[in-house]
Amino acid sequence: MHSIELQDLTKRFEDKTAVDRLTLKINEGELFGLLGPNGAGKTVTIKTLCGILKPTSGAATVNGFDATKDADKVREIIGLCPQEPAYYSYLTGRENIEIFGTFHGVPTKQLRERTTQLIEAVGLGDDADRRTGKYSGGMVRRVSLAMALIHDPAVAFLDEPTVAMDPQSRHATWDIIRDLKKRGKTVVLTSHYIEEVEALADRVGVIDNGKLIALGTPTELKQRHGAASLEDVFITLTGRKIREES
Amino acid sequence: MNARRVSALVIKELKRTIREPANLFMVIVFPLLLTIAFGASFGAIGGAETRYSVAVINQDTGAMGAAFTGALAHIEVLSIQNYTDPATAQSDLQQGRLKAVLTIPADFTDSLQSYTQSPATPSKWHNTTLSLSIDEGSMVASAAIPPIIQQVISAVTQPINKVGTPITIGAPTLVEAQAISQFAYMVPGLFSYAAVFLIMMVAQALTTEREQGILRRISVTPTTVGDIFAGHIVSNLILGAAQVTLVFAASYLMGFRPLGGATGVAIAFAAVLTLTVTSVGLGLITAAFARNSGAATGISFVFILPLMFLGTFVPAPEYISRLVPTWYVTDTLTSIFLRGAPITSATIINDLLTVAGASTLIIIVGILAFRRFGRD
Repeated sequence: MHSIELQDLTKRFEDKTAVDRLTLKINEGELFGLLGPNGAGKTVTIKTLCGILKPTSGAATVNGFDATKDADKVREIIGLCPQEPAYYSYLTGRENIEIFGTFHGVPTKQLRERTTQLIEAVGLGDDADRRTGKYSGGMVRRVSLAMALIHDPAVAFLDEPTVAMDPQSRHATWDIIRDLKKRGKTVVLTSHYIEEVEALADRVGVIDNGKLIALGTPTELKQRHGAASLEDVFITLTGRKIREES
Repeated sequence: MNARRVSALVIKELKRTIREPANLFMVIVFPLLLTIAFGASFGAIGGAETRYSVAVINQDTGAMGAAFTGALAHIEVLSIQNYTDPATAQSDLQQGRLKAVLTIPADFTDSLQSYTQSPATPSKWHNTTLSLSIDEGSMVASAAIPPIIQQVISAVTQPINKVGTPITIGAPTLVEAQAISQFAYMVPGLFSYAAVFLIMMVAQALTTEREQGILRRISVTPTTVGDIFAGHIVSNLILGAAQVTLVFAASYLMGFRPLGGATGVAIAFAAVLTLTVTSVGLGLITAAFARNSGAATGISFVFILPLMFLGTFVPAPEYISRLVPTWYVTDTLTSIFLRGAPITSATIINDLLTVAGASTLIIIVGILAFRRFGRD
């Protein structure tokens, strides 16, 4: 069964087409790596699936719910760890995680237990009770990940969750992502650390200029392009020209 | 709307106010300091009444000069200081130790006697002049002292005015006898003054959350826009109540003694809390059009300044003041606290209905504006 379906999804912003007739199916329980250079359309795709942006045309569904028409239903089953961590700097890490649990309707007792588990999982320890305004960039990322997963969503969108993390934090994050996969959650992961996606993802989709240009398991993609690594595949497909977000 | 989410948002907002020093200052410390500063500046410290030090130089050796001085000494708002040397009195006036210098001329008794003997023949009167120097640096003193002294002259001369008139002023010193300080006239405005700054707090909170992507992140949860607005309204009602309590306590400590009793205080709370809803609405309108929190601060003063200067304790033409909701709150509080008006009086009911109507309208406009223009 497909957890996520994109059918001819198009999103235009005035003079720019960010996502261009993107068709893609992601299986339930699959850990899907979404790769692409800066401005390729990864984040716009995720925002459309989360109901933040309305598609110009085409359709996007999550667990059978239309991302636009059934946005209320979609919000109940998804968790978003955004590219730029958004959090209340005057609240502690624990308070940030708990308030997002409340936003998602997690019952109080369950919320406390789950918050404690996540604080341990992301390695916040005693820092959980310090204000996030005093956190390092890596710590903020870890809190942001916990905020996205506090309600144990069926579908998790993790948009570059390991940026600015030290190796220890990245490994801890990978463990959390693997655990999600083990528990049958659908995960859409974007990252510029391609070796990370290669190690974690069941399948990978590469998009550029809003179009899907490659799809398959990491092994399939490497074989198809005669490359030693997924990063080589990526460079082969998208070129060496440096891109900027627009 | 979900009560648990709204409650979480309210607690979050209260934590923001307490934990961010700038917010704590604006919402809690500023109204407190303002009340204390105004109390100290306008004669209310320790509950003391406003009293004006007036030097009296009595150059008259007759009975009437002494009688006049004695009558002045009975006026509670005047602190009569007897001087003999005009130069010393003038020097003290210039140095701010005195608010006025009154010189009773040597022929004061003669003048009054000539009037007694021929009250209907002005050509036989012996004219004289009382010299009164006022501290021009004190707006209040220069306005208040001359009429008080004029009243005393009338009171002293009336018994010897055999012609008289059938009309007398029953209580010529009614206002001063109640000993209401200048500060007391300001207190009703101080309540409104504190509440209008919530406009800036709401606008800053929303624009900051928008800039930092928090509103967008919340939009990916089942939390509704209604939950967010309710969170802001309830949290600011709590802050408004805290402000009213603080201003009330501080002004009481500074000597303000309101009329109206417990019911009056309850109505005052209701009036200011209704104004708080107006502030939230104007904060939403500000946040709808401000690009960032810095712009929100500036734009919020478009609302704060007229509400502050037209509707609190700053004198302004009433026909203009009636355009702002703060005027109605200040008028309600003045009616209850100073005039002792019953809460069922038409003025108070009309004022409260006007504020409630304005608040409802403004919060609706605020919500619509923010939904239309304020979100990502």
